[in-house]
Amino acid sequence: MLEIRDLVAAYGPVTALRGVNVHVPQGTTVTILGANGAGKSTILRAVSGLLKPTHGLIQLDGERIDRKSAASIVRRGISLVPEGRQLFTALTVEQNLRLGAFTRSDRRGVREDLLRVYDYFPRLRERMKQAAGSLSGGEQQMLAIGRALMAHPRLLLLDEPSTGLAPFLVRDIFKIVSTINRDQGTTVLLVEQNATLSLSIADYGYVIETGRVVIEAPAHELRENEAVRKAYLGY
Amino acid sequence: MREFAQLLIAGLSTGAIYASLALALVLIYQSTEVVNFAQGEMAMFSTFIAWELIDKGMPFWAAFALTLALAFFGGVTIERVLIRPVEKASVLTIVIVTVGLLLIFNNLAGGIWGFQLKTFPSPFPSGTWQVSGVVISQQSVGVFGVALLLMALLAVFFRFTALGLAMRATAMNREPAELMGIHTTWMLALGWGLAAVVGATAGVLVAPIVFLDPNMMQGLLLFAFAGATLGGFESPGGAVLGGLLVGVAQAMIGNYVSFIGTDLSLTVAMAIIVLVLVFKPTGLFGQAAARRV
Repeated sequence: MLEIRDLVAAYGPVTALRGVNVHVPQGTTVTILGANGAGKSTILRAVSGLLKPTHGLIQLDGERIDRKSAASIVRRGISLVPEGRQLFTALTVEQNLRLGAFTRSDRRGVREDLLRVYDYFPRLRERMKQAAGSLSGGEQQMLAIGRALMAHPRLLLLDEPSTGLAPFLVRDIFKIVSTINRDQGTTVLLVEQNATLSLSIADYGYVIETGRVVIEAPAHELRENEAVRKAYLGY
Repeated sequence: MREFAQLLIAGLSTGAIYASLALALVLIYQSTEVVNFAQGEMAMFSTFIAWELIDKGMPFWAAFALTLALAFFGGVTIERVLIRPVEKASVLTIVIVTVGLLLIFNNLAGGIWGFQLKTFPSPFPSGTWQVSGVVISQQSVGVFGVALLLMALLAVFFRFTALGLAMRATAMNREPAELMGIHTTWMLALGWGLAAVVGATAGVLVAPIVFLDPNMMQGLLLFAFAGATLGGFESPGGAVLGGLLVGVAQAMIGNYVSFIGTDLSLTVAMAIIVLVLVFKPTGLFGQAAARRV
């Protein structure tokens, strides 16, 4: 479904990615692991159109999207849950969710998705009239995911959803991500530092270091891989 | 008491015009953090277009509607053509562009229509109503009503439509707005278009009172600045209320404080700006610095 080939990207003079290849098959959950600053977020920024790569190509179902604007990439079915949530804090929960569906005109579908998001995250329903900025960290992450789901994406990109959350909340959120993948067939590309949890829900994993893929394998093999265990799983 | 009521009504009426202009300033400031110094001159230029249309025989309200449409496209075009290329430049650069626009519109209007005062027809009857001894001019009520109606429409637009919401989201945080599929550069242009519409309304409403000439909006813009500063540049509702307050304050102070009269009323506006900036820089209704980074 998503094909990233030989991707090179830079922030000004600083090269963040040095030729990355990633393949995300339809319906799977793929995770990209790596330390802070390894270039994980850069991959997602490039896929969602926020950053134009200097070299390489990104294809969605065979169509090149690496030169397209972020606004047109959403319309092709890719939604990003950005690092640090990036909510519209002065707007209500409900308004944030409505903005997530900005590209859609099928009112009934939007309504159904809204109900589905509220089912996944009942806390959001309770707080729908509250300003997004008044939510707790966990609720904000739920809202960020819910907002991305409102676009009814075929491919959901998640950038470090576990950041700053208590472990039990992280577990809840990962459980829901895997539910979304299973129930709706939404393909998931998940970037994480928390390797234990992301490998537990992923089918396939990549490990990147300083802008390059150093290991890639099915998730269960990565869990057994000694180097990965030492560096990212901590045992 | 009777005098007070009369002053209050007159003050609210001029205040509604300040409020419209203040709202126009805030609409642009919110989304781009730029104070559009040309806002007054854009409004003046639109008013001249309305005058030209009426002079050519078009009925008042038709000319008004066509002027608003032209102002909208003018505002959008200015953003796309002149502001967008310098959008990422420093604030100072953008301010210089807007000051340049101010001079361009002023000279253009002077060149086309001349600098002598012109009378502008009022759409409202010149009569008065008497309500328990208080004389209310129908002109004042009309001005207040039209300005308020426009602001109410805008409030509905920003609160209840997807497009309005998208514009607010863009103003708050541009990158995630793009992730929602919003074409953010168009939202900024739309903001300029709406601001031009609000400004043009203020121009057409005030022209019958102050006469039409290329410099007509300069004093008004200062009062609008005072209103926007008082209410808070971050808050559209605040700016409207600030504009109304400035209008009422001007009427009251001009009447009750004899040495100020009308001659020193601009000084009062400046004093309001300075006092607000010293004691409450975010204005009465602005929240503490939620800056765009």
